[in-house]
Amino acid sequence: MLEGFIQNILNALQWGSFYSLIALGYCLVYGVLLLINFAHGDIFMVGAYIAFFVSMSLLGEFGVIPGMPTWLVLTLSVPLVMILTAMVGVTLERVAYRPLRRKGVNRLYVVITALMCGLILENGNLAILGASRKSFPTLFEQTVYNIGGVSFTNLKVAVILVAVLSFVFLRFVVVKTKIGMAMRAISYDKFAVPLMGIPVDSIIVFTFVLGSGFAGLAGLLFAMTYPVLDPYMGALIGWKAFIAAVVGGIGSIRGAFAGGFLLGFVEIMVVAFFPSTLRDLIAFAILLVILTLKPTGLFGVARRTKI
Amino acid sequence: MKRTLLLTLALIALLVTPAFAEDAIKLGFNIPLTGDIPDVGESAKNSAELLKKKINDAGGVEVGGKKYMLEFVYEDNESKAESALSAARKLITQDEVLGMVGPQSSKQAVPAGEAANDLETPMISPWSTNPATTKDRPYVFRGCFLDTFQGPTAAKFASEEFGAKKAAVLYDIASDYPKGLAEDFKAAFEKINGPGSVVAFETFTTKDVDFSAQLTNILKSGADVLFTPQYYNEVPLIVKQAKSMGWNKPILGSDSWGGGDLMGLCGDDCKGYNFVTHYAAAGAKGATKEFIDEYSKTYGKTPDDVAALTWDSTNLMLQAIKNVKLTGDVAADRAAIKDALASIKDFPGITGGMSFTPEGDPIKCAVVVKIDDEGKFSFYKSVCPN
Repeated sequence: MLEGFIQNILNALQWGSFYSLIALGYCLVYGVLLLINFAHGDIFMVGAYIAFFVSMSLLGEFGVIPGMPTWLVLTLSVPLVMILTAMVGVTLERVAYRPLRRKGVNRLYVVITALMCGLILENGNLAILGASRKSFPTLFEQTVYNIGGVSFTNLKVAVILVAVLSFVFLRFVVVKTKIGMAMRAISYDKFAVPLMGIPVDSIIVFTFVLGSGFAGLAGLLFAMTYPVLDPYMGALIGWKAFIAAVVGGIGSIRGAFAGGFLLGFVEIMVVAFFPSTLRDLIAFAILLVILTLKPTGLFGVARRTKI
Repeated sequence: MKRTLLLTLALIALLVTPAFAEDAIKLGFNIPLTGDIPDVGESAKNSAELLKKKINDAGGVEVGGKKYMLEFVYEDNESKAESALSAARKLITQDEVLGMVGPQSSKQAVPAGEAANDLETPMISPWSTNPATTKDRPYVFRGCFLDTFQGPTAAKFASEEFGAKKAAVLYDIASDYPKGLAEDFKAAFEKINGPGSVVAFETFTTKDVDFSAQLTNILKSGADVLFTPQYYNEVPLIVKQAKSMGWNKPILGSDSWGGGDLMGLCGDDCKGYNFVTHYAAAGAKGATKEFIDEYSKTYGKTPDDVAALTWDSTNLMLQAIKNVKLTGDVAADRAAIKDALASIKDFPGITGGMSFTPEGDPIKCAVVVKIDDEGKFSFYKSVCPN
């Protein structure tokens, strides 16, 4: 009984890690622009596909450098995937969001644009690569460890560690650095900030680089853990991560992190003890109760305007 | 004068067009070209195109001394129940097909079968094994065996070959096919090994990718075998996660494993497992081998069971059409084709001989294959209904 419970806590930590990593991206963009970037789940999907193409082109006899060992492929993939996915995020910002922001339209229109961008990414992928699933190659020989009836793999531990480290890093950037201070300042008053000599557009681009880069990292880890890729893989998990970010208190890095793990924990525990059909029902009922009691989320601060 | 001439010409054109159309036999294909299982749709389309080319190159089908060319209409059902319904309605009312082949999986075939039956159009589902597809529907047929036969076959195989006393089942509760088959397996296994011998009966919902909580329960239950009647896109995730959680006992699959690109997605992890299916491509003989060779030559891959069953089902439909007298009145022809289909006896299909029961289900054998070290589905055992 006890080992089953500990096993499920481990499962929940792994599953929650993905929600957390994606929720962090939602939270960063929201924290600066007060924009809910609904394309974020699909940026995560694009990240997984980029990871697929990067590792396929590095791996094997026909790779760029033939016979490269898998650990080197993995080490090279991580920064490459993050940079390329960040470029996708920045492109979306430049092509879709910035022109609208320049025109000074209501934020609602930007949110709708984000939704459309997500659909364009999904269906663009479907049109270009077809509906067939892609199988992600093994970059990492998984070893199963068993301690006292609780089994885990090195990959599982790595996923959880990466999620925690990403959180620590992002929190450090936002709270301790100058650029982080500028990010927070923009969300307070985007009219006064340029007058202080802060380059608003560069800061916004930097925010998208961070958010999308970590979505790419999440995509790579997700593809390694669940090695079957399809164009719609980002939609549902993106929605759920968004809800996790809201429950945690959207705009708060700590909130996004905690919210992701909370959702992962609730989902796994419901499946472990109830029929799986009840999972979303019970999970979201619990989240609804949390939001009713604390409408700004676990770590949120009340603001005057919200979308 | 000029206007009268034009009008006459238009009238002649109107009268002539149906006469042209009469020379073609139009069949509709309701298949998943996109969505969750696109490879299944592709196999079905490949197989149908191959058959159409073969028959049209030979001058068409001869019905009542007249040659007809084949015309196939492919409609994508996106692997969704509601799209399968609208695809069926479009094929039947708009395209006016004589008969419909598909949908492939039970999730779409059960609702589409209702539409076909209501609109009085013969439908034959090549791959749907859920009993509800054809039940009380005189216009609906299928080209494969039933879950009520497949479930017990799998349960018997698990008990005899693996000596399993306790079994675990992991299935998608939101899909007709896995749900029906999981229940049939459970009933059959408990009949052999006593009540309560299915120690874990775990469920998930379509599109789930994480099964760790369910697998934790399955590992705890002490089952000897895991039965998972899922599709080729879910099996690799289940198998890989089960292994990474320390499962080292047999995993048994159902016919859905064979449709689509299982080995491309699963790689080495699926090797050594068995599943129940309709035919084994490796080591086939006669007409089956001819079909496999022709298909592999055209498309560069071995036909899966969907391709083989679509071939058989389309041929069954054509055989029925050959047995009737086409009048040109679509409604009357459809009714005649239905009666002809129901009376087909000992049809020599490439997946085995077939005769229809009054319910529209064929009586045929099942094959248990083993995924060998080369990743091929090799013949392991044949189980026939007694």
